[in-house]
This record gives sequence, C-alpha cells and structure tokens, in this order.
Amino acid sequence: MTPPSFDPDNNAPLEKVLIVVSKGSLDGIYPALIMANGARMEGIEASMFFTFFGLNALVKKTMDSLKISTVGNAAMNMAMPLLGMPITMPFPTAVGAIPGVSNFATHLMNKKMDELDIPPVGEFLEMISDAGGKIYGCKLAMDMFNLTKDDLWDRVDDILTVGDFYREGAGTRTQILFT
Amino acid sequence: MQTTIAETTVDVNEEGYLTDPSQWTEAIAHAIAAEEKVGPLTDDHWKVIHHLREKQAAGEEMTIRRLNKSGVISTKELYALFPGGPLKKAARIAGIPKPAGCI
Repeated sequence: MTPPSFDPDNNAPLEKVLIVVSKGSLDGIYPALIMANGARMEGIEASMFFTFFGLNALVKKTMDSLKISTVGNAAMNMAMPLLGMPITMPFPTAVGAIPGVSNFATHLMNKKMDELDIPPVGEFLEMISDAGGKIYGCKLAMDMFNLTKDDLWDRVDDILTVGDFYREGAGTRTQILFT
Repeated sequence: MQTTIAETTVDVNEEGYLTDPSQWTEAIAHAIAAEEKVGPLTDDHWKVIHHLREKQAAGEEMTIRRLNKSGVISTKELYALFPGGPLKKAARIAGIPKPAGCI
C-alpha cells in the first residue's frame, strides 16, 4: 500500500470534519453546531461527537433549555450591548452567580439568535442530521452520567467509543475540531 | 468579467456567479447545473431555482432554514437535489449572488 503523498501545492478542498463537543452550556454547544452545519453547506462531511458535558445537548430533557455560562466567563462584557450598554462594561462573576442572571442572559441571547435566524438546539441538530451530518454520543461519558440511549434525542446516529469515532476520520482530507 | 454560458455572453464574478440576474435564462441554468454536477434538472429543482430568484428580486436573504420553513423544499430534499453544497450551488444555477450567511 502506498502512503498518501504530501503535496504542498495541493489545494484540494477539505472533505470531512470531526467535531468533538465537550461543553454543555449554550455558548459551548452553538459553535460546534454552526461549524458542523456550515461544513455540510459547503459539501463537507460532518460528524459530531458529544462527550462529557457536551451530552447535555443530546439529552431529550435538557437539549432545549441550555444556559449561557455567566459564572467564570471573563468575556461576559460582550453581552452588554444587548442591554444597550458599552461592550467595555465589566460583568463580575459575582453578578453572574445571582439567581436568574444566567436565565436572563440566556433569554437575551436566544432572542438575538432568533433575530439572526439561528435555530434552537433541537431544530439545529435536526437540520444537521437532515443535511447528512452524523450525531454521536460518547460511550464513556454516557456511562459516567448514567445515561442510556433512551435518554438521548431520537435521531442520535450511534453511541461510539473514541476509537470508533477516530475511524470516522479516515481519509487524508479530514480535520478534527475540539470545541 | 464576461464569459459565455449556453451561447450567451454574461457577466460573472471570479467564482462564476452571475452578477446580473436579469441576464439569466433557463438554458444558462442547465449549463451551470451540468458544470456543478447537479441534475438533470427536475420540477423540484426548478421550484427551488424560481423561489430563490423571486426572493432575491424581493431583496430577501434566503437560507436553507427559510426554504424548509416556507414549505418550498425540505432540508433533506434540498441536499439530495443539489449535492455538495446545496444553497451555493442552487444560487449559482439560479443566477443570483452566492448566499453570504453562515447558517
């Protein structure tokens, strides 16, 4: 078997992306959904692997109520313009911890995303799945959180081990992204 | 720049998108579709192409989600009809600018 040759002038397009999703907050999940859907829109294959807290986006009971992380998020000042305040205004972690603040920030963010035609998590996953993207849960994380396939969204393609997921990446024009 | 598609001289950008939608003809659509390895064009393809042209003329930005919600074509069908980048290919075949959105 000949190994694939390295050609620095080869500008052939990317063929596949594998996206590992390990964070379960709204702001942890959306970048992965947008990257996966964007790949399919460009004709690039996309597989998503939800592991650790990322599984929050696949659990039927939680997937449509993900929250913005307002605690320990040093960039929350970026949300200030949504309240009509300057982007430079600090948002101390102590404020983020006040009950209701995360809900409120989430509400503002969801409203803004709706204006930009960004779908809610469940519908976004449906779009990616309809587009031929693959949605996988991580077996080890499922065991850790005592989850079974019945707890997950009906259209999850499979529960995979890490090795299974890497095998999805076969081919020389694959990239693995970690979000 | 100018190029000739289906024996018609048209203005295109560097990615091959028509820059003037009024220069578009169905013959041009057939020729671009063949180049994009889409088709042969069926009624469902035309439904999408004409819808995109109407919305573009009305100044509305089209997304895959809006196409799905408007009942014109489901996301699954759209990907099957225009394999390998459905919205950008459909837009090119429809003679309208490449969609700029990320969703």
